[in-house]
Amino acid sequence: MTARARLLLLLAAAAVIAAFFAAACTELPPFGTASHPYGERAVAAALAHRTANVVSSVNFDIRAFDTLGEESMLFGTVLGATLLLRRARDERHHRAEAGRVLPTTRLFGSLLLPVTLVVGVYIVAHGQLSPGGGFQGGVVLATALHLAYVAADHRALRRLRPLTVLDVTDCAAAASFTLVGLATLAAGGAFLQNMLPLGTFNRITSGGTVPLLNAAVGVEVATGLIVLIAHFLDQAVELTDPEEHRKERQ
Amino acid sequence: MGVWPYLAAGWVLLVALYGLVTSRNLVHAIGCLAVAQSSTYLLLLAVGYRDGGTAPVYSDLVPGSRPVVDPVVQALALTDVVVGATVTALLLALTIQLRKRHRTVDPQALAGLKG
Repeated sequence: MTARARLLLLLAAAAVIAAFFAAACTELPPFGTASHPYGERAVAAALAHRTANVVSSVNFDIRAFDTLGEESMLFGTVLGATLLLRRARDERHHRAEAGRVLPTTRLFGSLLLPVTLVVGVYIVAHGQLSPGGGFQGGVVLATALHLAYVAADHRALRRLRPLTVLDVTDCAAAASFTLVGLATLAAGGAFLQNMLPLGTFNRITSGGTVPLLNAAVGVEVATGLIVLIAHFLDQAVELTDPEEHRKERQ
Repeated sequence: MGVWPYLAAGWVLLVALYGLVTSRNLVHAIGCLAVAQSSTYLLLLAVGYRDGGTAPVYSDLVPGSRPVVDPVVQALALTDVVVGATVTALLLALTIQLRKRHRTVDPQALAGLKG
């Protein structure tokens, strides 16, 4: 198909999509409407379970089973990327060379790394109280580790991240979400029902199972992302292209 | 405001589709897919907005003192972001392997089958 024909086909399809989408939008409740029946029920349910951050309550209490699927999807992606980015038979592995880094960059990284780690743990731990939670905090934690790559080089990053340990931690964290669900079943409740003592509103121990599940997801996201980025970095830094090899040998 | 925020979400989707169709680089196409996904964030958050509403977080807010925006669609947007990140990661991994085996990332040059 020529580029022109493809564009014409797109224009026709886009016109249909635009017309139907605009027609559907006029039937939606107006922007900023005061009527949010689901939202009001979710807020009431979160307050009844003494969880100050309603979004966390929706994710880890009301829709906890859906979040299990979401977390499993992330785990599946790490597995898939590990499989796709494995070393092929005709690729060579070589050690990354030490990189030159400006002293100011090194200072920036070594100061910011511990601060970012603490911020990540804070965001995971306070997911039930303030904006944030396991997914967001996990990404901050994974970013913190990669400041070592920015401030030093790939070899420093390798020393900081024992990949085997992280692989096992990722699996354990992914499994612990299901284990919490099985524990609530064993205690006589429904799967992932919030059965723990709810604590005092607006305290770090409030929310029952919400902080537990937050921590499990936080560890899983952090380790999963580090493993994922490790495979991408290996492709860029440590693997040599088979074509270049052939050229070198000739 | 009426329906304009919803229409803006639809516009972002159509722009992303245009980018996908005319793309000459798979990394660029993956970027377009991320833009298409961000139109769904826009739509979800627009559906959940309430006039004068604040964030549905009660750590420094007395319940009932102020209207809050819909927390359910915000949680859905979070799920959406996670889906977007995982899809992007897998597609980029596939692009790396494609570049290795076919020596190109131009989708329009990837016409022939190769065993």
